Amino acid sequence: MIPLSWYLIVSAILFCIGLYGALAHRNAIGILMGIELMLNAVNINLVAFWRYITPEVLTGQVFAIFVITVAAAEAAIGLALIISIFRNRETVIVEDVDMMKW
Amino acid sequence: MEDLIRLVPLIPMVPLLTFALIAIYVRRYHKLSSYLAVAAIFVAWALSMVIVFSAVARMPHFAEEPAVHLTLLSIPTGGTTLDIGVQIDPLTVALLFMVPTVCLMIFIYSTGYMKGDPRYSRFFAYICLFTTGMLGLVVADNLLLLFICWEVMGLCSYLLIGFWYEKPSAMWAGLKAFITTRIGDVLLMLGMVLLYTQTGALRFETVFTGVEHLAETNPTLMYVIALLVFGGAVGKSAQFPLHVWLPDAMEGPTPVSALIHAATMVAAGVFLVARMFPIFAVLEGMPALTWVAAIGAITAFFASTIAIAQDDIKRVLAYSTISQLGYMIMALGIGGFVAAVFHLITHAFFKALLFLGSGSVIHGVNTNDMMEMGGLRKKMPYTFWTFLIGMLALAGVPPLAGFWSKDEILAVAFDRNLVVWVMGTLAALITAFYMTRQVFLTFMGEPRNKEIHAHESPPSMYVPLIILAIGAVLVGLLGVPAEVPVLGPLLGNNPFHHFLAAQFSQWQYVHLPHVGFNPAVMLISIAMAGAGIGLGYLVYGRKPLQAGQPDPLMRLGAVWTLLRNKYYIDEIYRATVIRGTIGLAGVLFRFDQGIIDAIVNLIGKLTERWSYVSRLFDTYVIDGIVNGVGRVTSAVGEELRFIQTGRVQNYMVIVVISVVLLMGVFLYL
Repeated sequence: MIPLSWYLIVSAILFCIGLYGALAHRNAIGILMGIELMLNAVNINLVAFWRYITPEVLTGQVFAIFVITVAAAEAAIGLALIISIFRNRETVIVEDVDMMKW
Repeated sequence: MEDLIRLVPLIPMVPLLTFALIAIYVRRYHKLSSYLAVAAIFVAWALSMVIVFSAVARMPHFAEEPAVHLTLLSIPTGGTTLDIGVQIDPLTVALLFMVPTVCLMIFIYSTGYMKGDPRYSRFFAYICLFTTGMLGLVVADNLLLLFICWEVMGLCSYLLIGFWYEKPSAMWAGLKAFITTRIGDVLLMLGMVLLYTQTGALRFETVFTGVEHLAETNPTLMYVIALLVFGGAVGKSAQFPLHVWLPDAMEGPTPVSALIHAATMVAAGVFLVARMFPIFAVLEGMPALTWVAAIGAITAFFASTIAIAQDDIKRVLAYSTISQLGYMIMALGIGGFVAAVFHLITHAFFKALLFLGSGSVIHGVNTNDMMEMGGLRKKMPYTFWTFLIGMLALAGVPPLAGFWSKDEILAVAFDRNLVVWVMGTLAALITAFYMTRQVFLTFMGEPRNKEIHAHESPPSMYVPLIILAIGAVLVGLLGVPAEVPVLGPLLGNNPFHHFLAAQFSQWQYVHLPHVGFNPAVMLISIAMAGAGIGLGYLVYGRKPLQAGQPDPLMRLGAVWTLLRNKYYIDEIYRATVIRGTIGLAGVLFRFDQGIIDAIVNLIGKLTERWSYVSRLFDTYVIDGIVNGVGRVTSAVGEELRFIQTGRVQNYMVIVVISVVLLMGVFLYL
């Protein structure tokens, strides 16, 4: 059986990729995708911990489903915001959308 | 009786409510005010008569239980309660017979006398309050209520004596009456407070029981208390040396003079001494009573001599009142309690009659000066005949009221103290003389001032005169000594004496002397009355005084001048007491200005300085801290706001770094 640490390593790599994407992309949609990756890395963790540590209760799986639901809602709202910004300013580059300062 | 006592509080309450009603609502309707006042006093009179007759029916029980009480109000004072209520005992009953009757007559008379006065309603409101004071004083069962009513009367006397305050003399007279009686009031209040501290009670019965113990433990204090209480009576009853206000009180409307002199004010002083008689009698050897007797005898004699030389018809009567009050006080001083109360009652009837009669004369001729009068007998028949009856009663002609009461006093005096008896007998002689002089000067001979056209007064004035005259004739018969042949047994063996003698039966230490009938004393007093009247006739009656002719008594020379100027007592007071008071007030004024004000100003200045320092501290320290906090906050915010870049990824970087740092903190610390 594959040890737990492998899953955790995959999840950590996935999380780092997602974090990098969220921090480094200039495109808002790219940032959104990065966040999506980070959430899924967490999901892998949750499921892996459930399977290896507490298989008798379903907390890990239920938590993962909650996270997927939240991620879906987040993606919907995020995309709606991006569309709204694009309609107003004809750009999805986050560096150009910096009116909210000082 | 025990049920009827519930009516007693109403007796003073009815005039009190009428006073309020007139003063507040019906002031503008003069006629209605006077009707209301007369109705109120009539109700009080009717209630009093109910009480009097039921008390007479209860007479045998008074010996066992002299007083019936009704407590109206209980005021908790620490551990004890102060009960204020009313009581019925023989003394109260005796006064409830006299006061409302005389007041009723005076009220009816006033409706005629005061007609046309611009302050007609106010007058009736005041006399209602006045009557409330006297009735409340009579029925009170404790010293506090008595004192309150006493002060109400003091106020009313001030208001009524100065009723015509447009006249400066009336205004001053009111002031003089108020201040002079106030000296007595202060003494009384001190006495009352001392009594309360020593006996812990103000109700008469409790006080009388308490003083018995006090007289044994601290006789000096008891003596002082008795003299202080007597001081109150001296002021109120115008006894020497505080008698100066009463003659000046003649400035008030005549019904007020009658009210003050007969039924209320001055009677209150005698009533007080009678009421508090046990506290005078409790000391062995009765030194306090000796003072009472001395003051009374001196007043009785000297006031009567002053009355000889007065020309003002009302002033003669005023000095006569002082003298007769001296008689009563004197009687109390020698233990003649019953005689004093008897004289108080008979005197009220004939003195009210004389005052109202003189008012009627003044109403007819518009002057107070007897030298301007004369020959009024034919023009004012009702006034003349009733005045004559009053004069004979005062002079002590049998069988009128004044004779019996005066004789009883002199009988007691003869038995107890010969000096007092001599002074009283001389005063009786002089009284008969000056009253004869007054009647001759006023009513006999021919009019001395041709310009005065006298007229008889309206019925509302002479009907009360007639009723009071009947009273002046008959009231004395209540107290005819039992030993007088024929008359005594016929009139029930001196019912008044039997009734009143039960007053102090509860207190063993009060010995009321029982003085038998003394024909010699009675004959001497008849002779004195006859001699006084005869002398008066010789001087004024044989050759009636003509216009412009000087008073025949002026031949007395220096004595006349002395009497005419009332022994210069007013002048002496002005030179000593009044001047002294004003001088002292000046000194105190300068003390106030120089020292008290300086201290106050200094304190004010120091406070001002201190507040200046305090202000600086506030401005620079307190405000500095508050403003500093604000300024620092704003400066820090100014610097920190540049973190807010508006770039989402910057924020995210900060979040990531923070999370990593926090993880580091949690894992390694």
